[in-house]
Amino acid sequence: MNTKSNTSAASDAFDNLKETVGVVTVDDPKMSARNVDVFYGEKQAIYDVSLDIANNEVIAMIGPSGCGKSTFLRCLNRMNDSIPTCRVTGEMSLDGEDLYGAGLDPVLLRARVGMVFQKPNPFAKSIYDNVAYGPRIHGLASNRAELDDIVISSLQKAGLHEEVQDRLDAPGTSLSGGQQQRLCIARTIAVSPEVILMDEPCSALDPIATARIEELIDELRENYAIAIVTHSMQQAARVSQRTAYFHLGKLVEVGSTNNIFTNPRHELTENYITGRFG
Amino acid sequence: MDKLHLDQHISQQFNHELEDIRNRVLAMGGLVEQQVDQGLTALLESDGELGQQVATADFEVNAMEVEIDEECIQILARRQPAASDLRLIVTVIKVITDLERIGDEAEKMGRFAVDLAEANAATSYRKELRRLGDLVKSMLRDALDAFARLDVDAAIKTAARDEDINAEYQTLQRLLATHLMEDPRQVSQLLKITWCARALERIGDHSVNICEYVVYLVKGRDIRHINFDQVQSEFLSKPT
Repeated sequence: MNTKSNTSAASDAFDNLKETVGVVTVDDPKMSARNVDVFYGEKQAIYDVSLDIANNEVIAMIGPSGCGKSTFLRCLNRMNDSIPTCRVTGEMSLDGEDLYGAGLDPVLLRARVGMVFQKPNPFAKSIYDNVAYGPRIHGLASNRAELDDIVISSLQKAGLHEEVQDRLDAPGTSLSGGQQQRLCIARTIAVSPEVILMDEPCSALDPIATARIEELIDELRENYAIAIVTHSMQQAARVSQRTAYFHLGKLVEVGSTNNIFTNPRHELTENYITGRFG
Repeated sequence: MDKLHLDQHISQQFNHELEDIRNRVLAMGGLVEQQVDQGLTALLESDGELGQQVATADFEVNAMEVEIDEECIQILARRQPAASDLRLIVTVIKVITDLERIGDEAEKMGRFAVDLAEANAATSYRKELRRLGDLVKSMLRDALDAFARLDVDAAIKTAARDEDINAEYQTLQRLLATHLMEDPRQVSQLLKITWCARALERIGDHSVNICEYVVYLVKGRDIRHINFDQVQSEFLSKPT
């Protein structure tokens, strides 16, 4: 008979976690992280995480608050550079190119690896200018007609064009929450990124707006590599092909979403996705 | 159910729901075992009254299946269970389907027992039917036990016993076929005995299914239609 409580067994399982359960690599990765540690000052937030992100795939990162999933996501386009105390060690690459190498301009990196945040954050500009902002600063259009094309096609890809085509001059902030989030996705797409990072993109949206964003994520997968951090297990199960479970800064388990949600191999993953103590 | 830690959800209500569903399945299993036992007794003892009682009581098994199904649907809709919780609900839905069909087989035996009782027709095969029936009853009991204790070893060993049941069934079939050729006037009664034997053999098959679901529930692997030797070598604990 097992006399040990599940909680202490889970704690032992975490202490004994030497390496991630499951296969962290993919064939032909778009992005790669190897043995990544992240520190905020003295405090270590991420321990020895290795993980690949594949093209044409959505990878969901799940885990309790403070587990390091957002920190890891933000390392992928060097958003953590803006935090002075943050230090990243290990290797991270995009198409084999070192993300933290001396020759890599973080501004250009963020155009290639775009990000959508938890709260829709349109600029205090018109709908048109929100989407045109990136292409303008990166010089992606040589004339107004080209810029128009980029703006319209980005709004179309984000599934927003039909709803806003007759009011492109209206402020972005006049849109509903779900529309604002799709505007932010259009803004991200406008600079032709290769990877899209999403940090809880639906947590401020109602179920209908959420369903639209999830549908959009599935469509975007055809052309981009997508990594999404979410607190909604159901959302991770619905939108992703692979799932990574983080716990207290360690990557506990990676696997196909089908397997993670029906038969996870690590008991910490099991405890988290089934809502058990642990 | 200790191994699945069903009582350790943060939601106490969810713990209660899963515990309740598990208890209901075990209660349904108990009722089905009783039905099989009484159906067989009615047949062996030429007890038409008991046979009728078994046939009539099948509605209770059916009602339990519907109730448990409903509870599972509620849990799926409201809790969106994952991992072992999801496997438990799926297993329960499948186990009760097999239990309901075992109930139907018991009902069948009860009805045939009523017909056969008048002519005391089953008595000449009492020994063979009892042997087959005892094998089937113990297999069903052990399959339900394996489910209750989430015992993969017991489930696999129990499932392996279906071969004995099939062998016993075929022996009885041969005897009945020979008898039928020798005395075609008894075709109607011999056919009913054949169907009873068939019902018992089917209960063995349903018990195998229950054992397979136990492996799925505990190990997360669907072993249906997998070579049994492979299942044994992969999942059976090695002696220490």
